Amino acid sequence: MNEIAVEVKGLKKSYDKVDAVKGVSFSVSKGELFGLIGPDGAGKTSILRILTTLILPNEGSANILGYDVVKDYKKIRNNIGYMPQRFSLYQDLSVEENLEFFAQVFGTTVKENYDLIKDIYIQIEPFKNRLAGKLSGGMKQKLALCCALIHSPDILILDEPTTGVDAVSRKEFWEMLIRLKLKGITIIVSTPYMDEANLCDRVALIQNGTIMKIDKPASITSEFGRMLWAIKSENIYKLIQDLRQFEFIDTVYPFGEFIHITSKSNNMDTNSLISLLKGNNHSKIEILEIQPNIEDCFMALMNN
Amino acid sequence: MLKQTENIIEVKNLVKKFGDFVANDNLTFDVKQGEIFGFLGANGAGKTTALKILSGLSFPTSGIVQVAGFDVYREREKVKKNIGYMSQKFSLYEDLTVKENIRFYGGIYGLSGKYIKEKTEDLLKRLKMENIKDSLIKSLPLGWKQKIAFSVAIFHNPKIVFLDEPTGGVDPITRRDFWELIYEASDSGITVFVTTHYMDEAEYCDRVCIMDQGRIEAMDTPALLKNQYNAKNMDEVFIQIAR
Repeated sequence: MNEIAVEVKGLKKSYDKVDAVKGVSFSVSKGELFGLIGPDGAGKTSILRILTTLILPNEGSANILGYDVVKDYKKIRNNIGYMPQRFSLYQDLSVEENLEFFAQVFGTTVKENYDLIKDIYIQIEPFKNRLAGKLSGGMKQKLALCCALIHSPDILILDEPTTGVDAVSRKEFWEMLIRLKLKGITIIVSTPYMDEANLCDRVALIQNGTIMKIDKPASITSEFGRMLWAIKSENIYKLIQDLRQFEFIDTVYPFGEFIHITSKSNNMDTNSLISLLKGNNHSKIEILEIQPNIEDCFMALMNN
Repeated sequence: MLKQTENIIEVKNLVKKFGDFVANDNLTFDVKQGEIFGFLGANGAGKTTALKILSGLSFPTSGIVQVAGFDVYREREKVKKNIGYMSQKFSLYEDLTVKENIRFYGGIYGLSGKYIKEKTEDLLKRLKMENIKDSLIKSLPLGWKQKIAFSVAIFHNPKIVFLDEPTGGVDPITRRDFWELIYEASDSGITVFVTTHYMDEAEYCDRVCIMDQGRIEAMDTPALLKNQYNAKNMDEVFIQIAR
């Protein structure tokens, strides 16, 4: 166990004057599902493109299964599957032709590794003669995943596979990833959706080219280190503005129907807060102490 | 939130077909003035098709569609003058500066030079972006661009603004800042029609409409939908409907 699959040390990448990756280090164990969590422009794609040997780092090193991304790029390419952010398939080939093409490029056949993709492929098999360009978003994504897996890679690297995808398709996609992980494949996946962090074994929270934190999702949330409350009233917009006026309140962030707040003293007399808000004409006020989620932690780290 | 009850969008039995494919299957709904109306659905559910019809870019196959009091068949140009539109993919010219983009859009909507100048100063002050007014859009972080894009979309003071996945990919703090701009616009009487894949954002809407396979499957306030589907949050409501 705990054999290292990917080791990244002091990685830097810049384009013209923009420093996209500013010295990033992390390692991923074999069989692990590792998430790079962060918004657009955080540096996720640059890191993944270095790992897949498509671009060169300016500084630092990255090893995949013991191979160096610069010197041994040919060996790495045979051992990884990569699903880039933008749809990477041949639009004017059919579903079946795309799959056969990718198998051939890697010197294998669809038959040889069919077991690995079977669960996913049967969902799109009824459309195997359809051109890839004519598939719906969810189906394209499934085909792209099949094509990335068809040479039975040890490591699967996915760049924002769920961006712009609806909540149901996102859920289905993560179920597929978790089944692949159970087959022993090491998976590195990037996403801007904070709620997907909980589905990873470990995550790196990344912002502006820097990793703010790496750990198991549960460890990250347990280290939030402050009291947190969720509050709501009938007029959320006014509530946000009013809460910001109070000296003792620190952060105020809307979360769905609630607003998450912290206080400067890390204490809160909730009853007096309620009376204060009633004085500001709020009604149906509810307040409760809650446990932070990854998004709370991400924002706290951004403010550090 | 107290909302005026005048309908700003009225859709009755809207059908849109592409050949045999029914993209919008008999949609009927109203949107009230100043409302934040969330339009949700899986990819391919028919949201973009409906959005294009409502913004005067595409004709319905049949049905009645009135936007800001104008008929989308006969008065498309009037519809366009009274709406703003912002999408995640395209909104600003990357090779123009912040100020130039504002002036460009103001000009397109036929606003006077004097008005544009005054309002631009006011806007830059409110966005705290006076010091970057001469920066090229492409040099700015995504979150800033999106705030500017939204401000540009409502610069001509439209009755309705359509936002197509406005917050995709932005960091969690900027995403929340963006929603405050939405609340502010709604507070000033602008109707906000928004699509999103973030289910927590669905909770920020006054009402949401959930589409599936071309049809409206549910439409109500987030609280009543959660109640109706016995769900903890909008994510659960959505999954029950769309799965």
